Amino acid sequence: MPMRNLGLAFVAVLLLALPAAAAAAADMTALLVVLPYGVFVLFLGGFVYRVVRWAKAPVPFRIPTTCGQEKSLPWIHNNPVENPAGPLGAIGRMAGEVFLFRSLFRNSQTEIVDGRPVYGSAKWLWFFGLMFHVSLLIAALRHLRFFTEPVVPLATGLSALDGFLEIGVPALYISDVTLLAGLVFLFLRRVVLPQVRYISLFSDYFALLLIATIAATGLLMRHFFPVDLNAVKTLAMGWVSFAPSAPADASILFYLHLCFVFVLIAWLPWSKLSHMAGIFLSPTRNQINNSRSRRHVNPWNAPVKVHTYAEYEDEFRDKMKAAGLPVEKE
Amino acid sequence: MSTAKIPEPDELMQIKYAPPQTAWMETPVDFRPGTWSYGAAAKNLAALDMPNPRAWQPSDADWKLPENWRQIILDGMKERLDKYRSFRLFMDICVRCGACADKCHFYIGSGDPKNMPVLRAELIRSVYRRYFTASGRCFGKLAGARDLTVDVLKEWFYYFYQCTECRRCSVFCPYGIDQAEITMIGRELLNLVGCNINWALEPAANCFRTGNHLGIQPGGIKDMLEFLADDIEDRTGVRVEVPINKKGADILFVTPSADYFADPGTYTCMGYMMLFHEIGLNYTFSTYASEGGNFGLFTSHEMIKRLNAKIYAEAKRLGVKWILGGECGHMWRVIHQYMDTMNGPADFLEEPVSPITGTRFENAKSTKMVHITEFTADLIKNGKLKLDPSRNDHVRLTFHDSCNPARAMGLFEEPRYIIQKTCDHFYEMAEDTIREKTFCCGAGAGLGNDENLEMRMRGGMPRAMAVREVVKKHGVNRLGCICAIDRATLTTLMDYWVPGVSVMGVHELVGNALVMKSEKERSTDLRGEKIGGS
Repeated sequence: MPMRNLGLAFVAVLLLALPAAAAAAADMTALLVVLPYGVFVLFLGGFVYRVVRWAKAPVPFRIPTTCGQEKSLPWIHNNPVENPAGPLGAIGRMAGEVFLFRSLFRNSQTEIVDGRPVYGSAKWLWFFGLMFHVSLLIAALRHLRFFTEPVVPLATGLSALDGFLEIGVPALYISDVTLLAGLVFLFLRRVVLPQVRYISLFSDYFALLLIATIAATGLLMRHFFPVDLNAVKTLAMGWVSFAPSAPADASILFYLHLCFVFVLIAWLPWSKLSHMAGIFLSPTRNQINNSRSRRHVNPWNAPVKVHTYAEYEDEFRDKMKAAGLPVEKE
Repeated sequence: MSTAKIPEPDELMQIKYAPPQTAWMETPVDFRPGTWSYGAAAKNLAALDMPNPRAWQPSDADWKLPENWRQIILDGMKERLDKYRSFRLFMDICVRCGACADKCHFYIGSGDPKNMPVLRAELIRSVYRRYFTASGRCFGKLAGARDLTVDVLKEWFYYFYQCTECRRCSVFCPYGIDQAEITMIGRELLNLVGCNINWALEPAANCFRTGNHLGIQPGGIKDMLEFLADDIEDRTGVRVEVPINKKGADILFVTPSADYFADPGTYTCMGYMMLFHEIGLNYTFSTYASEGGNFGLFTSHEMIKRLNAKIYAEAKRLGVKWILGGECGHMWRVIHQYMDTMNGPADFLEEPVSPITGTRFENAKSTKMVHITEFTADLIKNGKLKLDPSRNDHVRLTFHDSCNPARAMGLFEEPRYIIQKTCDHFYEMAEDTIREKTFCCGAGAGLGNDENLEMRMRGGMPRAMAVREVVKKHGVNRLGCICAIDRATLTTLMDYWVPGVSVMGVHELVGNALVMKSEKERSTDLRGEKIGGS
């Protein structure tokens, strides 16, 4: 039963291959002229919508999760990053989260050994998670070579660096290998660990399978079934120069690759993958822990019904006097 | 008092982490005795003008919900999605990586998958998706969405009142998703239709009316403090003053009422009183603001504010310069992260300066409230106290970082500094169980009642086992903490898991070690136990 979500995700990815195949077979390549713009609008519009929705909701309270000593007495050594006392610290903390997955690095694994829980080190999730994300970023940036003329140095530099092992022709990219390794780990972890499988939704599997399919079709094109790179570049440059033209001929693999990429890009901001933007807004991570030294203002702070001292004394005046406690009204 | 039979520790330790065969949405909640708290009594809801007061228990089939309860909840969700960025964001960005799963003390102690923070959040996220996202509306279960039914509401109740808002999960989450925040909102929603627990609401109602959660009236407070002064005189030969509701005091002292009404908190309170006497502090207790602990935190943001308002109001009425706060966990979550925002600005107070050392507490210059361990650490650092740590030689101490001062403040070094200066036998627990990774006592956030005892023992198990290790290794016999809920609930926890370990506040150590002017030779500690012999 818990595996149903996984099965459905497989089916969904397979179904997505159909339009690509149909496009290739039935020569609906004209779609390639308009579709990218639609995808781009969904992507950009989606993220703007998402971020604006989040940003519009106020942050009524200052609630950072503190993971180190606060700044208090001058002779007590504080931890400026894990418990930021100023904006620099908060920026440092966010940089640690975004670039190094700091919190995930803390990960441990709880097991009951000899009748007590022990907390073993479990950095694998951090390691493969980080590897997956960095590889995906590099792979995406490498594709800039199709969208720029002359090719931006970032793309050529990355490609050169990424392929420096010079295994095979064309050279095998390290990031492709690490991307696949990361995907395999994340997928197996989700399927094999009973707890993670139990919490997994359709979309959790779908995201992994979608990216895996993109990587696989890309690798197949690069190393086994080469495509006409000039035609691809012409197509891509056509999109960015707003003069798109459909390619005369392209392989089914290319259509598959493109189709899955379109789905990923269009779906990204509407899914859990929006965490790539959301993390920047997380109040427990991006706030400075200075709520006692600087007042944080809540825009909707409204009066509430309180029990005043006068009401209190009215009820207990006699008892207070009997106990010899001072009162406001005799 | 307990209605449920609690299994023996060995039996409780047989924890199965394998999830059930049925998917979580198809696994109904089981209100097993010993794992939930009684519903709030009607009189307490009425006293606080809260909706749907009635006679009910969570084990009843019919919860007597208002007819339009679903609409009330959904409207409440919408309102809170617009008012709290945290809530909206945390509904959207979880990737279900599961890093939080085995970080929750209730999951570690129970093996119930809905105690994994990620799944506890999914209980409400699934409803969010169904009513507030397009994919959830269109694809239902496939998109992880489900209808809001009475069974779902019961599930919310069971699991949101099985979370102590300790924030440990949020330390490990790569996006900082804080289940405490989600639980707080979840409980607010439940409160809109009158589903709440008495152990949170009765204290809140008492605090509202009498100023403290036990409902003690002014004379009772005075009697108890005088009684503690008698005990101090008996132990030390020094008579300390008991200033109450005193206008013209420099400092208003607010501490959890459990400190002056229940052992072992009373010994901590004696420590405060001795310290203040010895340094000649011009301070006062208040009967109106006689509770530091904020029981509103376990109900709603509005209730936090209603109860917390008394502290500034009383400081203003008495004309003090600034406020000093005692050892308490949830109290300091509220004072540090909510008080100034909710009830400030406290422009009628002065920036806190220690009258003894002249130290300016820059970190509290807006809220104007200083933590007692900050205050005392500064006194010791400046050599203002004469301390004899050998009077704590019978104590072999380990220290429990209370959740809120740890993860909602970052107060780690001050209590440790005081401990090192007042006690020669101090042993830290394992690194994964202290500081920001500290484990909850298992009974915070209103769950420290007797009917919930099994769940408390389960939730407190990781803490207790860490204590047991230092008992084995170093012969520890005392568990120190800076939280009133801890002092009450860790005592029960130790009796169950690690018999022979008792619980104390840090200022009890101070009281023992403090060499007072004109004191008699002390033969016992504040508890009346012989010094030196262990």
